Amino acid sequence: MQKRRKKRLAKTGPLLLIAAPGLLYLLINNYLPMFGVFLAFKDFNYIKGIFGSDWNGLENFRFLFRTRDAWIMTRNTLLYNAAFIVIGTVVAIFVAILIYELGKKRRVRLFQSALMLPNLFSWVVIGFIVYAFLNADTGFINNTVLKALHITPISWYSTTGPWPFLLVLVYLWKFTGYLSIVYVASIAGIDKSVYEAAQLDGASKIQQIMRVTVPLLKPTIILMTLMAVGRIFYSDFGLFYQVPQNSGRLFDVTQTIDTYVYRGLMELNDVGMSAAAALYQSVVGFMLVLGANTLVRKLDHENALF
Amino acid sequence: MKHKSNDVKRFQRFATVVLSILAVLTLLPILLIAIASVTDEKVLVSTGYTFLPSKLSLDSYYYMVKQSAMILRSYGVTITVTVLGTLGSVMLTTTLAYPLSRTDFKYKNLLSFFVFFTMLFSGGVVSSYIMWTRIFSIKNTLWALIVPNYLVTAFNVFLVRNYYANSIPHALVESAQIDGAGEMQIFLRIMLPLAIPTVATISLFTGLIYWNDWVNGLYYISDAKLFSLQNLLIRIMNNIQFLKVSTNMALLGTQKIDLPGSSVRMAMAMIGILPIMILFPFVQKYFIKGVVLGAVKG
Repeated sequence: MQKRRKKRLAKTGPLLLIAAPGLLYLLINNYLPMFGVFLAFKDFNYIKGIFGSDWNGLENFRFLFRTRDAWIMTRNTLLYNAAFIVIGTVVAIFVAILIYELGKKRRVRLFQSALMLPNLFSWVVIGFIVYAFLNADTGFINNTVLKALHITPISWYSTTGPWPFLLVLVYLWKFTGYLSIVYVASIAGIDKSVYEAAQLDGASKIQQIMRVTVPLLKPTIILMTLMAVGRIFYSDFGLFYQVPQNSGRLFDVTQTIDTYVYRGLMELNDVGMSAAAALYQSVVGFMLVLGANTLVRKLDHENALF
Repeated sequence: MKHKSNDVKRFQRFATVVLSILAVLTLLPILLIAIASVTDEKVLVSTGYTFLPSKLSLDSYYYMVKQSAMILRSYGVTITVTVLGTLGSVMLTTTLAYPLSRTDFKYKNLLSFFVFFTMLFSGGVVSSYIMWTRIFSIKNTLWALIVPNYLVTAFNVFLVRNYYANSIPHALVESAQIDGAGEMQIFLRIMLPLAIPTVATISLFTGLIYWNDWVNGLYYISDAKLFSLQNLLIRIMNNIQFLKVSTNMALLGTQKIDLPGSSVRMAMAMIGILPIMILFPFVQKYFIKGVVLGAVKG
């Protein structure tokens, strides 16, 4: 007994040592900030520091939720994500079906590469590309398109109206290729004999797609949607910060929780309020992930996170 | 039967046409900035960014290479950060994944949960920012671009762990143990070399993250000497003159061209994406594999 125990420990030691650097990193990078959430209950003061600053209870939260900002950023985060989930899924499935039905390998590769390219670019570069179209002085839209149509130039970065549409468009441009990959893989996994049976019954190609492919994609769609719902309280900081060029005139339609937290912390130096918004996001986000996972586990045990 | 194959062919033709249109629409914006980067500055000022400029010029690229020490420097920062970040990430990820793949490791489940929990809950950027700046004084150091956020992600750890657990037979480990090899030796001589395909995939994704990252720079870097290309791009979006102010003093007196602001903007965006576009066709296969793996077991 004694001997076996010793052997066991000798085995544990070296393995723990190998894992140690990675564990230490996660401890610092991920776990320490979790304990730092108490900043949301403090009146943070740079001179007094992390521990020296005075506690102020729920004051930061009370203040945050009394402003219009809390409502705007929550609304924007949720509505944009809902639009992305619905429109993104429909477009990605449409593209995936087309790609799969091409049949010719070389063409598949070519189209997939082209559609996926924007996914590899940073939001900063995408911000520049959008700027090349929209800026007032040298933008393509004002100088070429609107001129040809005899429409007076639009000051895009200070007109809120078009932005919900523009942001969805930019999102689709960046993510359609990427999202469709998953659905192509899923279609490829469908049993071919189902199609053969449908063909024997005289189903046309379109009928096969609508009656076989789409229904059989349902599990993948549900899974992908639930995972996206679990992240519905988080927004893509770059899309909402870089693409509208941080323009203050657009905040009504571009402010999300992530941009609010950034601006509060870095531009307004309001650590308490920013920390309150971040904690609001973390806690609601945590509950949403748990909820989404519970649903996934009920529907499809295999794919549950835990 | 003939009717059937016509039906299939017709749909393939339809798919080819629609996808061609989508592909062109996807690539046009990239083409616009590519053309803008080689458009003559005077033409840009009068007609804006167009697909068919009346005069082309390489002034912007000439300016970047010859006259702006700052742009070259930022490119150097981006390359350094990408290389160091990717290497560091691969080292930490593979070493953490190996013990978690061993069924005979006592703390396997406990530590797996420790890693996994980071996917569920995060302390948020505020406490993270306060920690890195106040406790670790990371502001305006090269470390700020490498260490926060990206070095180890639970997702990558599980990707490598699953590969170790499912694709490398445990008998290899056992026979090495009988030969008297220590754990470190087993990891370095057997497990790491055999995991090259997965290591390639995570390197690809991590490398892309570091190349494209601007968030760490936005939070932690205010010293222009440490700007990555992405952060320099952010700065010049608001103020293109920024490039002029900091142009190398040693270049004064040599033949100078005026700053072609509008085209340099786009030329800098181009050099930010050119390496990606050149490399992509060669790594596309791994990339797609990684995306599918990620979606299936995310």
